[in-house]
Amino acid sequence: MPSDRPLLSLRAAFLRQFLRNGRGIMRRPADVANPLLFFFMVITLFPLGLGPDPIRLATLAPGILWVVALLASLMVSAKLFASDFEDGSLEQLALAPYPLAVTALAEVCAHWLATGFLLALASPIFGVMLGLPNEGLLTLLVSLLLGTICLTLIGALGSALTVNIRRGGLLLSLLIIPLNVPVLIFGTAAVREAVQGGNPESWLALLGGLALGSLVVVPLAIGPALRVSLDS
Amino acid sequence: MLLEATQVAIERGDRRLLSGVDLGVTGGEIWQLVGANGVGKTSLLRGLAGVATLGVIGDIRHASTFLYLGHASALKLGLSAVDNLRWHPACDVTAPPDQICEALAAVNLAGYEYRPVGALSAGQQRRVALARLLLTDAPLWLLDEPFTALDVAGCEWLEACVRGHVSGGGATVFTSHQPSRFGALQQDLDLGQYAV
Repeated sequence: MPSDRPLLSLRAAFLRQFLRNGRGIMRRPADVANPLLFFFMVITLFPLGLGPDPIRLATLAPGILWVVALLASLMVSAKLFASDFEDGSLEQLALAPYPLAVTALAEVCAHWLATGFLLALASPIFGVMLGLPNEGLLTLLVSLLLGTICLTLIGALGSALTVNIRRGGLLLSLLIIPLNVPVLIFGTAAVREAVQGGNPESWLALLGGLALGSLVVVPLAIGPALRVSLDS
Repeated sequence: MLLEATQVAIERGDRRLLSGVDLGVTGGEIWQLVGANGVGKTSLLRGLAGVATLGVIGDIRHASTFLYLGHASALKLGLSAVDNLRWHPACDVTAPPDQICEALAAVNLAGYEYRPVGALSAGQQRRVALARLLLTDAPLWLLDEPFTALDVAGCEWLEACVRGHVSGGGATVFTSHQPSRFGALQQDLDLGQYAV
């Protein structure tokens, strides 16, 4: 092979990592189905536990939907870097000539498309199941679309920090649930505002800001976090 | 000089494993890191490669491109051998599929190219990982226990592969408990003398 082969560009490196992870996820669809199934099961349990009163369910629905989405995201993000750590892929990524932040972001993107994105797309169905008024459905979808970006990125950071700790699940929850609180507050506020006939745009704008901010900042933290995990 | 390590010390947690390790590797050399279990062979190799940086003290310089293969094979079990080998970020290999198939045939895995790696045996998975040696032009190879899980023919293939690499001006540093496979060609670095 020629030794003067140019290095891959950052974009190509990102794409290659994204495709590898995407392929890996497609071969194991159970991992994708898990959070959706969890979402579905928990949402169906709420009317059974709270009673079928549609008015009460509708008032609780924004909070329920968002909390369950947060838990579903927490459940899957804990394992984001686990397989890469165990099979040694992470070592190879750490030796790569381009920043770990870029390749980690590619992994997070593939992961988000398979979990958060699908969950957000399916969320109006779950909203209807809980009797969420029609005015809230679109806002629910948009807020979860933006919110799961934050949740996935924050979860990925937690996963990067705890990947070398056996049974790091509890520590991970302690680390990332506080960081998820603002997302939860803005998300439920947006949906509630829409249900009450108000204008949810300001809440959605805040969520969008959080999503963009974490897209920029969190990968920069994930890189060093992964290196620290590899060190010990 | 493909690899130059001066006065390297390795720490794990708050325990110092090795100190004062000097190693200079030039083209055409084979170095075997030897020592008892737990002396720090893998830790040193990870330090030399730059995988771990936290507990590594001292000056390490190496060739701009090198290939590191650790204990773990960096294979995704759900992906096929070809898909796995298309990805090797550290060496920036994006070999075309036919070249990958050739490499797989060389490690005696013809016919397994598009099967999920998870369906292969441990030794076969090791062969898939080692097929990377044929797909890189890195002058320096750092191999951690490369002979593990390989059968006799596999060990012989790997030996020939390393010999070929070294005769072409490359260099190899590896850890193994197998006594001097490469005879006069190899030099041993006994880590017992650096143990703390």
